[in-house]
Amino acid sequence: MVTLGDYLFVSGMLFTIGFAGVMLRRNIIIIFMALEMMLNAANLSLVAFSRFHLAPNGGPNYNAQVFLFFIITVAAAEVAVGLAIIVALYRLRQTTHVEDINSLKF
Amino acid sequence: MPPFLFWVFASLMLIFGAAVIINRNPVASALSLVVCFLGLAALFISLGAFFIGIIQVLVYAGAVMVLFLFIIMLLDLRVEKPRRINWIAFGGGLIVALCFFIQLLTVIGRFKPASQSFPPLAASTADDVHSIGALLFSNYNLPFQIIGVLVLVATVGVVVLSKRELR
Repeated sequence: MVTLGDYLFVSGMLFTIGFAGVMLRRNIIIIFMALEMMLNAANLSLVAFSRFHLAPNGGPNYNAQVFLFFIITVAAAEVAVGLAIIVALYRLRQTTHVEDINSLKF
Repeated sequence: MPPFLFWVFASLMLIFGAAVIINRNPVASALSLVVCFLGLAALFISLGAFFIGIIQVLVYAGAVMVLFLFIIMLLDLRVEKPRRINWIAFGGGLIVALCFFIQLLTVIGRFKPASQSFPPLAASTADDVHSIGALLFSNYNLPFQIIGVLVLVATVGVVVLSKRELR
């Protein structure tokens, strides 16, 4: 049988891959994709808990799924704004490599 | 869902997730991310969350990834030229990620309900769109309106950011 721990393990693994992508990659678009992966990993554990902790009527706990709906909406808005910022940055500096953007570096 | 299918979709998702950060070509990364999200949608459906699974395919694998591919096309990104890698930063990042993963495994290992399988559902999940919609427009009506304002703000912000001259 698939247990709750299996889903949490897979979700943690996906989060770690996204985290490693943010830490290791230097291309700003890849970093942004890795951020999306981390958001989705959190979503997976949320759905697993919604299925595990049943509502009083015996169905899954739909509060978590409504919360997930909000997370997906916010993430979509975030992607739109973030990509617009990346395009504006590219227009200004002609680069997507984060090490070339070091004006604020101490 | 049989355990066999769970592991198939989970490993599909993790392999293509790793491919996202390994590929040097941004287009290949974006397409790997699409497959990763499709595997994730399959896992959502295996948990009985049909509506969320469909939304995942439509919004993430569809809209968001098309947006990513458009931006990659507009910026005309090619395969990255190999640069001198800062090995200290690279090793540091790898160690931090590994520490985080070990910490996560410890927490899941100590979490008692993690070894239990899922309880059987008493009610049918076939009408989960109905249940989510009823909840969204009753208990969560105010957050729903606020999300609408957020999407409007994001739209206006994108238009302002994309103007040719920022004043």
